[in-house]
Amino acid sequence: MALLQRVAEQGRRVVRFTLDGRPVEALEGDTILTAMLTNGDHLRRSEFADSPRAGFCLMGACQDCWVRTEEGDRLRACGTFIAEGMRLVSASEWTAAGGEGQP
Amino acid sequence: MTRALSPVIVGAGPAGIRAAEALVAAGLRPVLIDEAARGGGQIYRQPPDGGFTRPKTALYGTEAAKADAVHRALDRIRDRVDYRPRTLVWNCERGALDLLCDGVTDTIPYGPLILATGATDRVLPFPGWTLPGVFTLGGSQVALKFQGCAIGRRVAFLGTGPLLYLVACQYLKAGVEVAGVFDTTPQTVQARALPGMLRDPATLAKGLALVGWLRLHGVPVHHGIRPIAVEGEGRVRALRVRHGAGEIAVECDAVAFGLGLRSETQLADLAGCAFRFDPMDRAWLPVRDTAGRTSVPGLYIAGDGGGIAGADAAELAGERAARAALEDAGLPVDAARVAWLDRRLARVAAFRRALNAAFPFPQDWAATIPDDLMLCRCEGVSAGTLRGVGQRGEAREINRAKALTRVGMGRCQGRVCGAAAAELLAGALGVGPDAVGRLRAQPPIKPLPITATPVQEATP
Ligand SMILES: Cc1cc2nc3c(=O)[nH]c(=O)nc-3n(C[C@H](O)[C@H](O)[C@H](O)COP(=O)(O)OP(=O)(O)OC[C@H]3O[C@@H](n4cnc5c(N)ncnc54)[C@H](O)[C@@H]3O)c2cc1C
Ligand code: FES
Repeated sequence: MALLQRVAEQGRRVVRFTLDGRPVEALEGDTILTAMLTNGDHLRRSEFADSPRAGFCLMGACQDCWVRTEEGDRLRACGTFIAEGMRLVSASEWTAAGGEGQP
Repeated sequence: MTRALSPVIVGAGPAGIRAAEALVAAGLRPVLIDEAARGGGQIYRQPPDGGFTRPKTALYGTEAAKADAVHRALDRIRDRVDYRPRTLVWNCERGALDLLCDGVTDTIPYGPLILATGATDRVLPFPGWTLPGVFTLGGSQVALKFQGCAIGRRVAFLGTGPLLYLVACQYLKAGVEVAGVFDTTPQTVQARALPGMLRDPATLAKGLALVGWLRLHGVPVHHGIRPIAVEGEGRVRALRVRHGAGEIAVECDAVAFGLGLRSETQLADLAGCAFRFDPMDRAWLPVRDTAGRTSVPGLYIAGDGGGIAGADAAELAGERAARAALEDAGLPVDAARVAWLDRRLARVAAFRRALNAAFPFPQDWAATIPDDLMLCRCEGVSAGTLRGVGQRGEAREINRAKALTRVGMGRCQGRVCGAAAAELLAGALGVGPDAVGRLRAQPPIKPLPITATPVQEATP
């Protein structure tokens, strides 16, 4: 179930992407964080605590929102905008140096 | 100030924009850099491009006119500044700034440098703080202002500071259910601080109106609480707090949490600025004079990035720092205007002291953090691990503790865990947080994507 709730600005153009292989919708101008958390309840699993994470600061400070694409790219979800056709993954765990973009 | 080496401003919030405006007025062409896509900074952050339609009165409430003035100031000077949005400054050593814009890195030298990097939420850990649905207060406001989203359907507000009440009201106005406001500050403390806040009756009235409005709408407001835990499996289900001898539990699906703000000082550190411990902010801050001059010649700091003082002060300080830079470069400055700015800044500083007395940092909190609680969100290091290196005498200083435990070494570079780490180590050693020293910044100050490539041609 969605973590974030839309309460305004819902007249924007729809953007389609996939989340863990499932086709879902977001709105133009959504960050990846918004796009994922209006369609689910976490962004990733912490590699150290094996617990789900959903970001924390939304302003580029905590770095707790790095997510992976199916292609293996890593993106900071609160600071990157959703784009048509993105294929995002929230299910997988990733390794220590992950945030720095290492494979 | 040589015209060959442009002045550079980092941060396009109220401080940076007013600084740029003053430099442009003096005939200079500053470089203005910000990580965000649009100007305005934290408080006056603008929604992204892409069909957002809420008017400024809806986004900024009572501050809409000020927000609009700051946005317009940037629009007016836009073709007379080298404005670089979406650009992160990730290092500031040897007289040059290292930048990252759209995956491309670049290095630019600077002449005079004004750092106006602002602040982010200050937090301390408590059980359940890493559950999805717990966000910072500032982040909760960003969700609403920048994305038209609430962090949940029924939200509890926890912590202290003016933002606690402001964001709770903004959520209520947006139609979100507010499960309660849980302020760590006792009501008696706030009552005692009231006379001092009469220095700025308009701001005080706005604050009291927020509290009144919440109560009018039946939102419970509790004072003097301490968190026990956020509960839930995989996501937030309830918040439990200690209140006097008793306990309060509320059902909620999200918690907005913050204990005031902390200055973003990494660049000043890398540039070699001297720091001192500021007892009011309970943090190490760059040494600066009232005009914003640091210990490094030609380097100025303005706004919340040098110490928390709020948006109005940031505007004044931005202009003041720019005028100091002009004066130091031997350019003429309007002495009457400078004197006016100094008077206003002194008044804001006095109000700021009163505000801090009304929302003090809960100094006893850190001692209650359980040893097994995760202190470092980045690498999962527990509070007990950090306490242990202090208790065993292995580290008496925060950078040594960092080397031993990796706290402060992860992706956030201590932005989230820094305050808690200092309090915990100090507690373990039986000293004040000033005595454990300052977590030193490391480039890059934020993670860079490994795919970042250097810019191809030399910059013009
Ligand atoms: C969410 C939030 C809400 C707030 N609301 C209020 C309020 O209602 N009233 C009030 O008085 N105060 C408020 N504050 C406090 C706020 O910090 C100040 O009032 C005001 O925004 C400070 O202005 P500033 O120009 O100093 O910094 P900011 O407005 O924070 O601007 C700093 C800018 O610098 C940029 N930046 C920082 N580091 C870098 C870097 N390394 N590279 C590139 N760019 C960088 C940031 O992207 C940001 O745009 C709020 C703070 C937050 C976080
Ligand atoms: S949520 Fe904190 S950096 Fe993205």
